Order: sequence, then structure tokens, then C-alpha cells
Amino acid sequence: MSDHAPALETSTGLDSRKLAIWTFIGSECLFFATLISNYLVHKQQWLTGPGPFPHEVWTDPATGKVLEPIIEIPLVTVGTALLLFSSLFIVLALYGAQKGRRGMLLGWLGATILCGLFFVGMQVYEFTHFVHKGLTLQRNMFGASFFVLTGFHGTHVTIGVIWLITMFILALRKQLPSTRSLNLEIAALYWHFVDVVWVVIFPVVYLIK
Amino acid sequence: MAHPTAHEHEAGHPTPGTYAKIGLFLFILTALEVGLYEITYGEHAGAFGHEIQPFFVPLLLALSAVKFALVAMFYMHLKQDSRLFSGVFVFPIIIAAVIIFSLMVLMAYHWAFAASGG
Repeated sequence: MSDHAPALETSTGLDSRKLAIWTFIGSECLFFATLISNYLVHKQQWLTGPGPFPHEVWTDPATGKVLEPIIEIPLVTVGTALLLFSSLFIVLALYGAQKGRRGMLLGWLGATILCGLFFVGMQVYEFTHFVHKGLTLQRNMFGASFFVLTGFHGTHVTIGVIWLITMFILALRKQLPSTRSLNLEIAALYWHFVDVVWVVIFPVVYLIK
Repeated sequence: MAHPTAHEHEAGHPTPGTYAKIGLFLFILTALEVGLYEITYGEHAGAFGHEIQPFFVPLLLALSAVKFALVAMFYMHLKQDSRLFSGVFVFPIIIAAVIIFSLMVLMAYHWAFAASGG
């Protein structure tokens, strides 16, 4: 197998694969815009349904049971910080790939994958915790819009982790030389997109009451 | 037409030092977001927090926008790459912002109408 990436002639002079991932990312912006809109338009309505709610104490009128606010900001902050750091780690891995520094590529790519796995684990823990506290997809408007929005994001993170693990295996097998670094750059663009979506979701869902 | 090679293409990309500085700045901005929440609504909220409550959402959105722009410009290399990529990314973001804003305004009218018994 040749180590050289095929030189593709395009009318724009740009690599079609890179243009394709940017077009895909553009379409994903619209996808997440609908989910964020769905969450925001129901934000003022969720208090009419049964709790628990994100930031508000809610008393069940039938039983008098008091439900505490459900969101745990410290845990999500750690997850957010790790996702941001993973964006740093993957550009360093890409730098290593472009310069042909295999150790740098493997080390930072491994760190990125670990951060992604932690984030997915954090979300699994959070969802499980919420269900145990009585918040499900069907419970109230908050539950429905929250699980759909953050669940789809978590799915994107999971897909990203699988993609990065594939890149890691290719690098381990010495099938990701500097001439093929565009393959990692495309995966990195997807990963950064997953990160910037969370940059929006984190304040909108977790911090703004 | 000659096409840039992988090495020519990456020539304008930032150095690891620049990436690290941006990473640190992003971390500080995230800490600011959470700190802002804590002094406004958290357990340590005081008189100052009460005063800044009207500015809480705009401040948070501004911090979020700065983080978004930094990742897009430097980590996603939009600052150095072809402007076509920026266009393909920014145009849907503008549409997305219009969708979010329009739906919020529309639904606010809808709920207000419903609440008035209309």
C-alpha cells in the first residue's frame, strides 16, 4: 500500500473529503438547532408537569413529597472541562501525525479517547441517576427535551470515540503516516464539532435557569 | 491547477504552544461560567449575585460564543483554511440562530395567548 495520499483534482482546489465533512458539520448545526430550540421553547412550560426539575424544588401536591433540584453541576463541569481538553489533545495528536511523530500522535490520541470515554461514562451515570430520582423521558417536558438533546449529543460523542479508536489502531499498525494525516484531521473536525455543540448545551441546559 | 500538498496545507497551522495557550484560556472561560453561576444562583450567592442577575444570561452566552469561536478558529483551523469551509460552517450557524430565535418568539406568543384563555 502506498503511503502517499492520492492527489485529487477538484474544481475548488480543496480536498473533497474535507469539504464533505464541513458540509456534514453544517447540516449537524441545523440538527442540533432544532433540539436546542425544542428544549428552550418548553423551558417555561415544564414547571406545569410533575417534577423533578433541573434547578427548582418541587412539591408534589398529592403526596406533599418535596423533590430537590436534580442537576449536579460539579460532575458536569468536570465532564465539560475534559471534553474541552480533549479538543486540545486531538490537535496535538494531529500535529504529531502531520510531523510524523508517532509517539506524540499515539499519546495524545489515547488521551483524547480517555477523555471521550470519561464523558460518555459521566453521561451514563447522570442518566441513571436521573432515572433513579424519577426523571424519565415520559415524566415531564424537561425530561423529554433534556434526554433527547443530551442523548443525541452523547450518541455523537460515542460515535466520535469509536472513530478515534479506529484511528488509534491504524496508528498503532503504522497505517497513519504523515501523508495520510488528513484522515485524522477529518476525524478531529468531527470531534471538535461535538465539543462546540457541548459548549452551547452546557450553559443553556445546566447553568441558565 | 496545482494543489497544496498535506505539508503545504498545514504550514499555517498554530504551534503546540499556541494550542496549549488556547486550551488554558478555554478552561479559564469555563471556570468563569461556573463561577458566575455560583455567585449568582449557587450556595454562595450574595448581594453582588443579585445585582448581576439581569446580566447573567447575556454574560454566559457571550462566554459561550467566545469559546465556540476559539475552537472553530484555532482548533478547527478555520482561521487558516479556505474561506469556503468557513462559509459552509457559518451559514448554517446563522440559519440555526434564526431558527432558535424565531421559535422562541413564536412559542412565547403562543403560550401567552394560551395563558390569556385565547
